[in-house]
Amino acid sequence: MKQIPAGLEALDYRFAGKTQLGAFAPVLVGVVGSGNLEVLLEPAAGHHCEIHIETSARGFGAIWQAVASDFHRRHDLAGVRVSINDMGATPAVVSLRLDQAVSELLP
Amino acid sequence: MSQNIRLSYAECSARERVSHLLDPGSWHEWLPPSERVSSPHLAQLGVPAAFDDGVVIGRARLAGRPVFIAAQEGEFMGGGVGEVHGAKLVGLLKRARLAPPTERPDAVLLLAESGGVRLHEANAGLIAVSEVMRALLDVRAAGIPVLVLIGGSNGCFGGMGIVARCADHIVMSDLGRLAMSGPEVIEATYGVDEYDSRDRALVWRTSGGKHRWLSGDCDTLVEDDVAAFRRAAIAALDRPKPLDLPSLQAEHQLLSARLKLLPEAKHEIEGDEATLLWSRLGYADAAGDAPPSPEPRSVRWTGENWPRPCSARRTAFKKTATSCAARCSSKARP
Amino acid sequence: MQFKGQTLSVVGSTHHAPIGFRLALIQAAAILNTMAEHPGRPILLLIDTQGQQLRRRDELLGINRAMAHLGLCIDLARRRGHRVLGLVYDQALSGGFITSGLIADACDALPEAEIRVMRIPAMARVTKLSEDLLNELSLSNPVFAPGVENYVAMGGIRKLWQGELAIALSEALAHAPVHDQRAQLGQERGGRLLAAQVIQRVLDAA
Repeated sequence: MKQIPAGLEALDYRFAGKTQLGAFAPVLVGVVGSGNLEVLLEPAAGHHCEIHIETSARGFGAIWQAVASDFHRRHDLAGVRVSINDMGATPAVVSLRLDQAVSELLP
Repeated sequence: MSQNIRLSYAECSARERVSHLLDPGSWHEWLPPSERVSSPHLAQLGVPAAFDDGVVIGRARLAGRPVFIAAQEGEFMGGGVGEVHGAKLVGLLKRARLAPPTERPDAVLLLAESGGVRLHEANAGLIAVSEVMRALLDVRAAGIPVLVLIGGSNGCFGGMGIVARCADHIVMSDLGRLAMSGPEVIEATYGVDEYDSRDRALVWRTSGGKHRWLSGDCDTLVEDDVAAFRRAAIAALDRPKPLDLPSLQAEHQLLSARLKLLPEAKHEIEGDEATLLWSRLGYADAAGDAPPSPEPRSVRWTGENWPRPCSARRTAFKKTATSCAARCSSKARP
Repeated sequence: MQFKGQTLSVVGSTHHAPIGFRLALIQAAAILNTMAEHPGRPILLLIDTQGQQLRRRDELLGINRAMAHLGLCIDLARRRGHRVLGLVYDQALSGGFITSGLIADACDALPEAEIRVMRIPAMARVTKLSEDLLNELSLSNPVFAPGVENYVAMGGIRKLWQGELAIALSEALAHAPVHDQRAQLGQERGGRLLAAQVIQRVLDAA
């Protein structure tokens, strides 16, 4: 696991999920710019949805927790890894990107 | 195939440009985001990485022809070139040069949007840009033309502004900018009288697509439309420029002549230097307004009624100055 | 200049000259002249510059094109069999360096020389990183520190000239590479660990 020094904050969430997606080609949405983020969805073994975030906006753990939980409530994915590089996006933008990523995944 | 909806090149991300520019379904990316080939230098500065380090590379087809392509993402670090970003570009260029006949591209396309060296990576970025330059020239020496497309809102500056001029052909939109130093740096050094970076019209007269087209520093000028960029790229596929002593001597003559067109002493110049230069180049009526900021706008021109690039300006521009000026002034206002 | 029985063309800048449109053309003319009049003659680029001229007039004229022209001339000279060596003898900045020393067969430096991308106050303004942080990084971090030994470690500079200058010049003329080996050097020397790897990965990618 990569060492994240003081500058960036790393956050991890893991949820048990039901909608097993199986194999799929990785999906990337968004761009890392000021107030923006990129979201990468990849298949993972097992029945979880794992979310890994690296962000330059530190100290918002509670908000990320809420956004991640809401995301999982909406989609209930399993066998997925969600990786995020964030540069201070608002929760609304984060949720939008996450939903956008999922919509590119499902037909 | 006509397109009713103009897709703004400036508003597209690098990936969107690639997907709309190239033949549908032909795109194959090398070192995609899932491989996480990203910068090792940004975390120490508290800056997040990008999975692709801000540049997309791969191969595709353009009008059925094989091409290699790189697209810089202007929104990430201003498109600045760092160690990994630069190495992706060098790798792409090297792969083109070394490609066996079955893989050899007809051209390398560089969708440039960059402030130049990524300052967060300082020394590594500077060396990287220089390696890109050498690799680009190796590709041309191997007989593969390099085309540069410039139309992003960040423009093409710094070391990348030099790299762009090392290519065979440049396509710009009027929204694009091509230069070395940005207006802010010049203003910070010599003051607002030297260069008012907030005077948009001045900035575009100095470095914008229309100015570069009028002076001959870009080969094709298009409107801010991905389809127009695509058409221009296709048209440029078979127009490599020679890289030999006579052609460099001709370039030298051209640039020396240009230097003489603008008096050195500012007090000898009345009015605006850009319009003076344009008039001395043969364009009497070109106006120097700023293009509007990138946003959806009604289509004034389609690809079909856009005037063709004026090849006359390369030779006897004095003779055709009137007709050129007439065509250009109709294009001068967005 | 005459050196050990052969003539070298010497082109360069002095007194921390800013490289503007005009000076880029003057240097290019010297390279073109060497190619036309003295085929095969080695070229020595002596570099001491504060970087590109920061004037609107130069931008209007297209300084990026003039600099690219200089770079293309140097590159063509190399391809036509002229050895081209760069030597940073005092300072080099960014644009004044990219189309001179950095496009030669190889660029060496004197040990006290410094190479920068941008001065720290301007860098702080553009990056929004504090001057304190940048100053600190410039002391310890090879990516930021301007001393040429960092460029040696990263492969950007081939060698430092120490001791007898004549011997160093002889060696450079004899041994400067023809192909761009800087990424490889950076990896071998430990100063730039990813560039060569990433290049190879692109070459090998499916």
